[in-house]
Amino acid sequence: MNNYYGFGRIILTIVLAMCLRIAPMPGIMAAINPDWVLLSLIYWALAVPERVGIFHAWTFGLLTDVLMGRLFGQHALTYSLIIYLCLKLHKRLRQFPLIQQGLFIFFCLLLSQLLLFWIKNLQHPSQLPPSFWLPVITGTLCWPLIYTALRFVRLSRRVK
Amino acid sequence: MPRNSTIKLLFATGPSINTRLLVAVVASIALLATEQTSIRLDPLRATLSFFIDPIKYLVDLPSVLIEQTSNSISSYTALKKENERLREEQLIQQTRLLKFAALEKENIRLRALLENSFKLGEQVLVAELLSINTGPYEHIVQVNKGTRFGVHPQQPVLDANGVVGQVIRSLPLSSEIMLITDPNHAIPVQVNRNGLLTIAVGSGQMNRLNLPYLPNNADIQPGDLLITSGLGGTFPQGYPVAVVDEFTPEPNKPFASITATPKAMLNRNRELMIVWSNTTPIPLTSQQPTNDKKVETPADE
Repeated sequence: MNNYYGFGRIILTIVLAMCLRIAPMPGIMAAINPDWVLLSLIYWALAVPERVGIFHAWTFGLLTDVLMGRLFGQHALTYSLIIYLCLKLHKRLRQFPLIQQGLFIFFCLLLSQLLLFWIKNLQHPSQLPPSFWLPVITGTLCWPLIYTALRFVRLSRRVK
Repeated sequence: MPRNSTIKLLFATGPSINTRLLVAVVASIALLATEQTSIRLDPLRATLSFFIDPIKYLVDLPSVLIEQTSNSISSYTALKKENERLREEQLIQQTRLLKFAALEKENIRLRALLENSFKLGEQVLVAELLSINTGPYEHIVQVNKGTRFGVHPQQPVLDANGVVGQVIRSLPLSSEIMLITDPNHAIPVQVNRNGLLTIAVGSGQMNRLNLPYLPNNADIQPGDLLITSGLGGTFPQGYPVAVVDEFTPEPNKPFASITATPKAMLNRNRELMIVWSNTTPIPLTSQQPTNDKKVETPADE
């Protein structure tokens, strides 16, 4: 019964992440706004892998597709692939220091952006500005922030 | 970070993680492939949007609140001044409109003489921009009116100064609008001075359109107004689109390089107008009451 309550918290943090994802921001801030939804999904997959699975990632990916108005299924595809990696590696990743974790997050975000780039180019080839890749870097830099905030949520609310 | 709660995982039941991934990937690719070729997924998207639209409105809320507070705390004199200015403006527009009505009738009569049918009459719906950010490298914005108000894809969208873009997807409570400056957007235009037809393509920059299909000897010059030509059927004829600001002949290439600045305030306006064109042409017998002006605003909520 406690578990159900905990899952509500997880959903709440992801909804918050969705709000951050589409929050209006001035100029350059909009271009470097990282993928908050993916970051929080990664956190929950590493912290409570028995609660957040691939199908959750897939569902939140679909919802993100509707949110962003993109091609249906592209976020679902990238999110489920990356959460798969996290679930496979979560035991090792938990032992890593923050810097090494950061490196892993960097590659996850890079992979997701590459997949989105590839799907976008399949749809219709278009030239993207170099700033398309900036959210990967800012997302990695935001990881300690997400980690601390969500860890606080997890421990204070006993999500498990 | 690890807390001792992973025992369940070791003896997890149900399909293995690899199988789950396979199912998820196949399902996503199936969705992607279906969406590319048909619109069959629109009902699914509309259903999911009932969960998502509240988030959009929530994110939009602060800017709505700021606008309302600034309205309610602006001083009495400022409001009075603005009111006076608007009334004056309205009077001027009204007189201009009277003249236009006469001109319109004359135009229909002349066209009837030429045995040419004339489309006119549009209905508009005022929609408000949702101030949310869904991808800075695409020129797509979202507004707060959707299929509930009868909005459908390919409808033209205008603002007070000119053409803004067209609806590309409509959900029950919101719709997406592609601006004319998006690199994937092209709009058939006409030079107002001499009726030269061409196509204006989005450049990817907020205040620039390209006219890539005009030869070096085309009769076009900086300052020319481009209006919609009505060809292609999406945009009604005669609305201002852009003003030409640079014409550079390129002698070694087949086409000149021409750029134009959109008339609409693409990144500043909050109110947009979604247009329904009346598709039935005005009949040639010009003495009918249908020639009256049909422009009206059915909804201004």
